Amino acid sequence: MAAVGIVFVSHSARIAEGLVELAAQMAPSVALEAAGGTDEGGIGTSYEKVASAIGRADHGGGVVVIGDLGSAIMTAETAAEMLDPAPEGGVVVLDVPLVEGGVAAAVTAEGGGDLDAVVAAARSAAGGGASAEPEPESSGPATRTVVLADPEGLHARPAAELVKLAGRFRSSVRVNGTDARSLLGILALGLRTGDSARIEAAGPDARNALDAVAGLLGSTSG
Amino acid sequence: MAGLTTDWALAWVRGSAAVVGEHRAELSALDREIGDGDHGENLDRGFKAVLAKLDAAPPSTPGGVLKLVATTLISTVGGASGPLLGTAYLKAAGAVGDATELDSAAVVALLTAARDGVVLRGKAAPGDKTMIDAWTPAVDAAAAAAEAGEEPAAVLAAAADAAEQGAVATEPLVAHKGRASYLGERAIGHRDPGAQSSALQLRAAAEAAA
Repeated sequence: MAAVGIVFVSHSARIAEGLVELAAQMAPSVALEAAGGTDEGGIGTSYEKVASAIGRADHGGGVVVIGDLGSAIMTAETAAEMLDPAPEGGVVVLDVPLVEGGVAAAVTAEGGGDLDAVVAAARSAAGGGASAEPEPESSGPATRTVVLADPEGLHARPAAELVKLAGRFRSSVRVNGTDARSLLGILALGLRTGDSARIEAAGPDARNALDAVAGLLGSTSG
Repeated sequence: MAGLTTDWALAWVRGSAAVVGEHRAELSALDREIGDGDHGENLDRGFKAVLAKLDAAPPSTPGGVLKLVATTLISTVGGASGPLLGTAYLKAAGAVGDATELDSAAVVALLTAARDGVVLRGKAAPGDKTMIDAWTPAVDAAAAAAEAGEEPAAVLAAAADAAEQGAVATEPLVAHKGRASYLGERAIGHRDPGAQSSALQLRAAAEAAA
């Protein structure tokens, strides 16, 4: 399956470039493109920049475009409609929080998510990410508590690895009650080295999921 | 009936470019009150680029002129008015198709499609203090004039009058779209720059037909 590309549209070139830099740390293999500022380098949005960034981000799996203020969204929507030829995999323009939505989209694309999954991840970031679902029944899921081994704590890159890993299992995995597939929820836990993390897994492959996640968190994950 | 030709469309665009240039500072001053202060400069840059393209290769139908305006504004106006007006002119071009002469019904179709394009792109409703507040009364007045059997020139004059009144009527409104919406009640008392520039363009359309 072809990968999803992501375009960041901002009124400011530096904001767009900064987002590419930030997201690339967690999604190094995703096509991330910046389209910030006007053609003259001023504050605004450029149709040409957006259109060409969509073209560069398009590798057949579709393109997600995330913009900052209203006119960035409108410029992106106009470009998405007028592109000729249109990207085969489709273009979706999202009005979601640029940083949270962009990072969630990038991590999902890095994990091999298709266009629908990347869009859903970006949209879920609008609500803050942390799941408010009640804790599962205590008798149901397999649980284990590990001490976080990563010397840097659960910062962005290991958190992204955890989200990717949890996404490979059919079971639901929660860390300290937070859905392990929600990058922002995991980051919001603010786990540091030596903190204990209670892992719960429920579902058909719960034991394997538990072992894998415990292995990641309990070992030095680089 | 005196239908409107490509010459009218060219005169309209040249008229719009001239009037936007004349009112550039005033439009930016309006935008400075409730937006980011670049509306006049942005539109002026856009219409100057349109003029350069018209001179290089003048289109042969009214629809061709409108399409050239659309694509040029979209790619040269850095602010929200680029995609908004660009979509308006693009939908207007689609509404008149390859016609070489526009009667009153075609003028109403052109204006309606333009207004619908702005709504599609900006998702604003009447009363949100946007350019819709100039376009919607213009479309209604044009339709009424055409219904009453008026010639295209009179249809456009009615649209321009209504658009000017609509722009003035944005002054007491609170904005619900765009940068001005962040200001809440502080936007009251200021005319919406997009409604004002839309009224200027519609006046240029009427004058080109007169």
